[in-house]
Amino acid sequence: MNTTLNDPMDELAPTTSSEPATEKTERFVKPVAPVEIPETASLSVDAATKVCTRNLDFYYGNNQVLFDVSLDIPEKSVTALIGPSGCGKSTFLRTLNRMNDIIEGTRHTGEVLLEGTDIYASEIDVVLLRKRVGMVFQKSTPFPKSIFENIAYGPKVAGLRNKARLAEIVEASLKRAALWDEVKDRLQDSAMALSGGQQQRLCIARTLATNPDVILMDEPASALDPASTARVEDLIFELRKNYTIVIVTHNMQQAARVSQQTAFFFQGILVETGVTKELFTNPVEKQTEDYITGRFG
Amino acid sequence: MSDQELEYARLLKRRHLISSGFEWGCRIATFSALLFLGILLLGVVWQAWGWLDTQYLTSFDSRRPKAAGLLAGLWGTFWLILFTAIFTVPIGVGAAIYLEEYARDSWFTRVIKVNLANLAGVPSIVYGMLGVTAFVRMFGWFSAVDDLRIETYLGFGTLAIPLPLGRCLLAGSCTLSLLILPIVIIASQEALRAVPPSIRHASYALGATKWQTIRHQVLPAATPGISTGIILSLSRAMGETAPLIMIGALTYLAFAPGNLNTPMDGIRDPQLILDAPFDMFTSIPIQIFNWVGQPKSEFQHVAAAGSLVLLVLLVLFNATAIVIRNRAQKRITW
Ligand SMILES: Nc1ncnc2c1ncn2[C@@H]1O[C@H](COP(=O)(O)OP(=O)(O)OP(=O)(O)O)[C@@H](O)[C@H]1O
Ligand SMILES: [Mg+2]
Repeated sequence: MNTTLNDPMDELAPTTSSEPATEKTERFVKPVAPVEIPETASLSVDAATKVCTRNLDFYYGNNQVLFDVSLDIPEKSVTALIGPSGCGKSTFLRTLNRMNDIIEGTRHTGEVLLEGTDIYASEIDVVLLRKRVGMVFQKSTPFPKSIFENIAYGPKVAGLRNKARLAEIVEASLKRAALWDEVKDRLQDSAMALSGGQQQRLCIARTLATNPDVILMDEPASALDPASTARVEDLIFELRKNYTIVIVTHNMQQAARVSQQTAFFFQGILVETGVTKELFTNPVEKQTEDYITGRFG
Repeated sequence: MSDQELEYARLLKRRHLISSGFEWGCRIATFSALLFLGILLLGVVWQAWGWLDTQYLTSFDSRRPKAAGLLAGLWGTFWLILFTAIFTVPIGVGAAIYLEEYARDSWFTRVIKVNLANLAGVPSIVYGMLGVTAFVRMFGWFSAVDDLRIETYLGFGTLAIPLPLGRCLLAGSCTLSLLILPIVIIASQEALRAVPPSIRHASYALGATKWQTIRHQVLPAATPGISTGIILSLSRAMGETAPLIMIGALTYLAFAPGNLNTPMDGIRDPQLILDAPFDMFTSIPIQIFNWVGQPKSEFQHVAAAGSLVLLVLLVLFNATAIVIRNRAQKRITW
């Protein structure tokens, strides 16, 4: 009986193998950068600042989750936000297009400046702001409508009615998101029928259709298979030529591959910011080094 | 085998026994419910057999069982449900949208939400009393003037609204609306809450306003749930008797509201349509209630025929609800 059935009690029995016990005590030191750093992981010096935050504190009710964050995000480049789970990356990202406004009981102090203007100023229209600062979510969220309607949604709610113009925008956005060839013959089909990777590119295309300046992406590839991830990464890499992109990622490789600047968050504090290449090869802070070498997080 | 293993093997037999015992218990519960329902239905059909014919559906009530018919009740129920729907749908859905989408979570909204559930459980007779005070008598506000009415000429006829409403069909519809509003609001709230927040966020992130998000994303996704709730509560209203009797619905009536006996009458004289809401009325369940209480035993068959008509109408109503839900759901899958 014991031979065929896996008795749960077996797990409690002491193991004779010595393998886990010894390796844990041994301190295995990895090289500082376990990731390959491509040449693109650096910034041109003359890049102007597109978005910046100044002494930003953020609270959910009485729970402060961001502490005095001041970060400059350069134009036409990819900035990666890294850090352990729960350190406030998503929260920080959402302060940049005021998506946190939707959550009840949130407040902030400090400033978020888009091209020098405080986006939390009373004269700023949130609807217009979100058109300028688009967002792609972790879980792809296509609307339960046709592919065409998904892409046309942004321009339509902004008031564009011209059919020909809408069709142009849909085509251009899908082409930019490298999805056009896969869906051009079935634009009227439901977007829900697309694969996960296609859905995520659809969401990127949908954001592009509103013609934003800045695109925020919260772990856009974390739910995708390696092939789809590679396609989305290539896409982000291409898009940086025209857009300012901020991306949250848990994947160091991904941060190195797509970004030019990296910001490391730890427990709501912006620990270190730097050109991606520098930060990965030569971190200043001990915490950063520990994180990128995989010692925690 | 150790003692422990033997003990487990012994217990295993018992565990399986309890498991299948539970399954059988549930099965018996289901089939006994179905059995009673079947007996009830068979009984009704058996009694109604031979009594439900075109004569029955096209004539008014009568003292003679053979001549009695359901026409007044059919028209009464039609008008009642029509106006109940007209009042309930916009108010119920509007309130649900406000509570779910706009109202901030405050002490006040929480009190409203809790009390909606309480209101849904209030017995219908209480709504009947409310209806008499609020709609039939209108709190006695207009008792100083005799026969007061607001008259408006509408091109094809005159709309004359009596004040107070009195024992008219519209007062009945208003009362039924109050009765089912809490249910409609709660069902719509649940449908709205079931729409994933991610859809709303995606819409906002593309620069849509709150209204556009509700109009283009939230409402289409919630429509199946909302319409199911509306149709189910309307079918409940269809079967309500007690509050209508309190309002003053007549148990014996030999005409349809507004004397509108066929749809053709309304086309010939549109004024009848404007008169109907303010006329006296009866309804299918009230007629059934009346017949059941008659001393002549043949009236039991007349009542059974009425029950059968009501059951068929309810089944049709609920079937529409299912069709609407499935249609809308086919377009929306998360
Ligand atoms: N809607 C919310 N209400 C209250 N607290 C929240 C809310 N969202 C996030 N938090 C808290 O804020 C802190 C930061 O969360 P955030 O989602 O920004 O972390 P993150 O860095 O994105 O984590 P992950 O990598 O797991 O996505 C966490 O402690 C979390 O519990
Ligand atoms: Mg996050």
